[in-house]
Amino acid sequence: MIRLEYKNVTMRFPDGGSSETVTAIRDVSFSISDGEVVSLIGPSGCGKSTLLNIGAGLYAPAEGQAYVDNAPVHGPNEHVAFMLQKDLLLPWRTIAENVMFGLEIRGAPRAERSHKAMELLHNFHLKDFCNHYPHQLSGGMRQRAALARTLAVNPSVLLLDEPFSAVDAQTRIMLQHDLAQTLMKTRKTALLITHDLLEAVILSDRVLVMSRRPGKIIDEIRIDIPERENPLARRQDSKVAGYISVLMNRLEIGPVQSAATGASGSRQ
Amino acid sequence: MTSRHSVVRRGTIASVILFIIFLISWQWGPGLLGIPHFIVPPLSMVGEEFLRMWKVSNLPFHTGITAAEVLIGFILGSLLGAVIGYLLGISPTAEFALSPYILALQIAPKVAFAPLFVLWMGFTIYPKILVAVLIVFFPVMVNVLTAVRNVDPDMINLARAFKATRNQVFWKIEFPASLPALFAGLRIGSTLAVIGVVVGELIGGNAGLGFLLSFGEGQANTPMVFVAIIMLTLVGSVAYFGVILLEHRVLHYLPGRGATGY
Repeated sequence: MIRLEYKNVTMRFPDGGSSETVTAIRDVSFSISDGEVVSLIGPSGCGKSTLLNIGAGLYAPAEGQAYVDNAPVHGPNEHVAFMLQKDLLLPWRTIAENVMFGLEIRGAPRAERSHKAMELLHNFHLKDFCNHYPHQLSGGMRQRAALARTLAVNPSVLLLDEPFSAVDAQTRIMLQHDLAQTLMKTRKTALLITHDLLEAVILSDRVLVMSRRPGKIIDEIRIDIPERENPLARRQDSKVAGYISVLMNRLEIGPVQSAATGASGSRQ
Repeated sequence: MTSRHSVVRRGTIASVILFIIFLISWQWGPGLLGIPHFIVPPLSMVGEEFLRMWKVSNLPFHTGITAAEVLIGFILGSLLGAVIGYLLGISPTAEFALSPYILALQIAPKVAFAPLFVLWMGFTIYPKILVAVLIVFFPVMVNVLTAVRNVDPDMINLARAFKATRNQVFWKIEFPASLPALFAGLRIGSTLAVIGVVVGELIGGNAGLGFLLSFGEGQANTPMVFVAIIMLTLVGSVAYFGVILLEHRVLHYLPGRGATGY
């Protein structure tokens, strides 16, 4: 079953004050099946986040259509929840109240939302901090709380926009592990935007590569490494380096590019 | 923690010493420098005048009148400023339409309206309150408006992605996010309210500390003027620290609250 699908999606934005428009993404089509985790990589400004906002129903595409659970996306809907690089925890709410936020907006009864929040906080080892305010927590804990808030509304699709890029390297490894475990346990479908090629490889079933603006999907790489729920083990797999070099090649980064553009014969 | 404690302790001691030095130089400074008493009366004269005014000139009554005008003017002005600030904040069209008028009214010196209000409402407490309302209104409105405009759009998108209604976005995101700025406006407003009321009382009337100021001036009673100034400062301080107290209760979730910070 297909959970999230983009069909020929094109997006244009007004260019500054003029009447001209900039095409951010052009004719993007792909789909993600139930329980699949797909990463989206590409150069900065290629429209990755725009694609995510279209999936969340925050932007309407100029052409084409996004579908969630086979229903066309017209505005925000219950099936999707997103999480950004910023934790976006509300500073005036305790951690538990923040986790309940989505349920509260949707009018869930108080008992139900506090039950759900406590269960998630327990799973994410934040139970002792439920009455703390966000500023009292470390960056990694805040991001875990943000993930709990995202999962609290029980979406079928998670849209993750560089969720770990603002935390330090060691915390990131732990958060990646928590995310992979949670996604597998809850059988959630996820679209993950990242700049970290290693993260894309160890967390995903598939990696989609986008081109420079106007963004198009230029390649799709299936990650054939077992144990998607265990990125710590996947890190050690001998195939990882191979995938990363393929991705670097497709993104035209590293020594491959300088050789291709003929930056004199400095190759060794 | 120890260093913070020692800063507080040493700071307090220094503050008290400075205050004592100030009182001593007020008492004996004018005499040593040969300044006549009708220019700068020494502390003891001001103290005697205070006791005399308390018993004979109805000082508690005048202080109460001024305090009531400040309080009413401040509350009405803040409410009006906050409501208009939020309305303009959530409606860019309204802000665009009204901004030239608001700007003009903001540039106009508010105290200059005092004689006009006295003409309209006579020597009552109302013109004083109205000047205070007008003068408190702007800092509160501008702070609220700016805060609502500067709410992180990602936070609003987060609420929208959860299918929040416009009302929910306001009450669950925009309003709480604007509270720190609202309180910054209220602090400014609480001190300005005193200015508004005093100007109103100076223009006309026979009650309030502003009236005692001009009465003392007319009698060349310098100690009386000093007493009135001190009482006005006291009224302003009470208003200011009232706001601080409320702010600490409402914004308790912000880092670094509850210590000494104001």
